[in-house]
Amino acid sequence: MIRQEIKKLAVYSVFLAILILPMVGFRTTHFEAERAFKVLGLFIAILVANFVAKVVRSRRGEDQLQKVSLGDRISLRFAEIPKIYTLGLLVAVAAVFPLLADNYMIDVGITCLIYVTLGLGLNIVVGLCGLLDLGYIAFYAVGAYTYALLNLRFGVSFWASLPAGVLMGMFLGCVIGYPTLKMRGDYLAIVTMGFGEIIRLVLNNWDKLTAGPNGLFGMQKPTLYYPAFHDGGLHLSVYSIKTLPALYYMILIIALLTLVGIRRLNDSRIGRAWVAVREDETAAELSGVPTTWLKLLAYALGAGFAAVAGAFFAAKLSYVNPNFFIFMESCIVLCIVVLGGSGSIPGVIVAGFILIAVPEIFRELQNYRMLAFGAIMAIMMVLKPDGLIPARRRRVQMAERRQLAGESNE
Amino acid sequence: MTSTGFILQQLVNALFLGSIYALIALGYTMVYGIIELINFAHGELFTAGAFIVLIVLSALQSVGWVDSHFILTMVIVFTMAMAYVAVLGVALEHVAYRPLRDASRLAAILSALGMSIFLSNGMMLSQGVSDRAYPSIFGAEGITVMGAKITNGQIFIILLAVALMVALQLFVHRTRLGKAMRATAQNRTMSRMLGINIDQTIRITFIIGPALGAAAGVMVGLYYGAVRFDMGFIFMIKAFAAAILGGIGSIPGAMIGGLIIGGVEVLWAAFLPSAWKDVTTFTLLILVLYFKPSGLWGQGDVEVRV
Repeated sequence: MIRQEIKKLAVYSVFLAILILPMVGFRTTHFEAERAFKVLGLFIAILVANFVAKVVRSRRGEDQLQKVSLGDRISLRFAEIPKIYTLGLLVAVAAVFPLLADNYMIDVGITCLIYVTLGLGLNIVVGLCGLLDLGYIAFYAVGAYTYALLNLRFGVSFWASLPAGVLMGMFLGCVIGYPTLKMRGDYLAIVTMGFGEIIRLVLNNWDKLTAGPNGLFGMQKPTLYYPAFHDGGLHLSVYSIKTLPALYYMILIIALLTLVGIRRLNDSRIGRAWVAVREDETAAELSGVPTTWLKLLAYALGAGFAAVAGAFFAAKLSYVNPNFFIFMESCIVLCIVVLGGSGSIPGVIVAGFILIAVPEIFRELQNYRMLAFGAIMAIMMVLKPDGLIPARRRRVQMAERRQLAGESNE
Repeated sequence: MTSTGFILQQLVNALFLGSIYALIALGYTMVYGIIELINFAHGELFTAGAFIVLIVLSALQSVGWVDSHFILTMVIVFTMAMAYVAVLGVALEHVAYRPLRDASRLAAILSALGMSIFLSNGMMLSQGVSDRAYPSIFGAEGITVMGAKITNGQIFIILLAVALMVALQLFVHRTRLGKAMRATAQNRTMSRMLGINIDQTIRITFIIGPALGAAAGVMVGLYYGAVRFDMGFIFMIKAFAAAILGGIGSIPGAMIGGLIIGGVEVLWAAFLPSAWKDVTTFTLLILVLYFKPSGLWGQGDVEVRV
C-alpha cells in the first residue's frame, strides 16, 4: 500500500513539474528559476503532507477512520453552546469594535458587513432554494445605481430611494428568475452569469444614463432626523451619516436586520418549502409545494437584500462605476456561502469575516486572495461539501446517518 | 455604403471567428456529453494554451527559427500548446471532477468554477495582469477576392481549424476509442458492464477537448497579437452559447453553433454599435436556453449525442 502511494506521489510530482515550471517560471524567454521551484516545492510539500497523513492513518488502523473528524467535532461543539450566547457575544463585539479600532479597521469592518449581507441574501437562493446564481452581484449593482441615479438626477434622499432600489432589484430578480424556472443546474449557472455580464455591460455602455466607465459620483450620505431643542423650541435636526463609525453602525444594523429576516424566513413555511425544492423538486411539486412561485420569491428576496447592500455601498463611497460589479465579485459572494456551508447563517458570517478581513489584514496576501478563493471552493466541494458550519438541518441529517452507520456496525 | 467587398470581408471575419468559437465549443460539448458537467475551467485551459505558445514562440523567435523554418515552428507551437493543456486537463479532471462524479450537480459545478478562478488567478500571478504582446509572425499580406482582403494568417487559421474538426469527427466515428466515447456518453453504466474502461474514456475526453481549446487559444493569440489572463472568460461564455445553440453534446452542432455565434457577432459589430455586441450574444444565449434548450436542431428533451 505504501509502495503504491509512493509511486502515486512520484507521478503527481512529475505532472506538477510539467504543469508549473513553464507557466510560472517563464516570462517570455527569461526563466525565473527561484519562483518556479518555490511554487513547485509548495505544491509537492502539500502532496507529501497528504502522503504522510495517509500513512499515519493506515498505521493506526481502520477503526480510527470511523472517528468524527476534527472539523466536525469543532462544529458540533460550537452547536452545543446556546445560540443566544454566541450571537449576543458577536453583537457585543461588533458594537464595541469602532470604539477600539482605527479608521482603517473600521473600513475593513464595513466591507466585511457588506459582504456578510450579500452572503446572507445569496444564501436564500443558493443555500436554501438550491439554485445556483453566478450573477448575483448584478442586483448589488442595481441597488447602487438606483440610489446614485435617483439622488443625482432628482435629489431623492437615501431612505426614499431605498425602497425604489429594492423594488428594482426584486423586479430584475424576477426577470432573470422567470426564464430560468425550467432550467437545470448548469444551464442556470451560465444564464445567471450571462445576465450579470449584461447588467454590467449595460451600465458600462449606456453613457447618457450612467456616465459609462467613468461612473457616477457625488451622491449624498444618508441623513437621520432627530428632535432637538434649539432656537428656543423643538425642531427636527439633521444628522448626516458620514463618519466611518456612523456608517459602520448603519451597515451593522442592516446586516442584523437581514440576519433576523432570513432566520425568520428559514424557520417559516416558506423556508421549509425552499429546502424541499432544493432536495427534490419533483417530490416537492407533487406534495403541493408551489415550486414556481417559491423559486421566483427566492430570486426576488435575494435580489432585494443585495439591492439594500448596494444602495448602502453607493452612499458610503459616493461613487459607483461598473467595474465594481465584475463577475469575480459574484464569485467572492458565492465562495462565502459555500465555505460557510450552504444554507447556514452562522457559516456565512464566519466565512464572510475569514474571506474578507483576513486578506485585508495581511496586505501582502491581497494578490493571492482570488487564487485562494478558487482553491478553497474546489477543495471544499471535494472534501467537505457541507461547509465550515453546516446548516442545522444538514447537521441533523449527518448525525442521523452516523447513528445509522454505527448501529449497522454493531 | 456597403459594397460586396465589405460584406464578403465581414463573412470571412465571421468564418474566422466562428471557427475559433467552434473549436472551444467542441471542448465543452464533448465533456458535457461524457460527464454532463460544464467545464467552467475550459476558458482558462484555452488561455493557458495561448500563454505556453507565447513562451515557446518567443524562444523560437529569439533563435531566428520562425523565419527560417516556418512550418516546423507552427507544428512545434501547436503541438506544445495542445500537449501542455491536455496534461492540465487530465490533472484537472483527476483533482476536481473525478471525486465529484457521483456527488450533487451543484457541488460539481462549484468545484469546476473554483478551478476556473484558481487557474485564471494563477496565470495572472505568474504571467502578469496586463496584455502580453504576441510575436507577430503573420504579415499583412494576403489575397484579395472581389475587394475583400483575406490575410495569410486568416487562411492558415481557418484551414487548421477545419482540419482539426475533421480529424475529431474521424476519431469519434472511425476508431475504437471514439466508439467507446460515444457509448459512454449514451449510457455509462451499460458501457462499464460491456467492458469499456470508463475512467480511461473520460480521461481521453479531457485530453481532446482541452487540446482543441488550446489550439483555439493559440489562434486567438496569433491573430489578435495579444493575450491576457482573463480573456478566457468572454470566449467561454460565447463558446458555451455556441455549444447550446447547436445542441449540447453534439459535435456537428457545436461547429455550426460556433459559426452562427461568430457570424452574429461580426455582423452586429459591422452594422450596429459594436459596444453592444457582447450584450447581443449573451441575450441570444438566454433566449436560446429559454425557447430551445435542446439547441436549434435538438429534438424534445436535452439529449446527449456525441
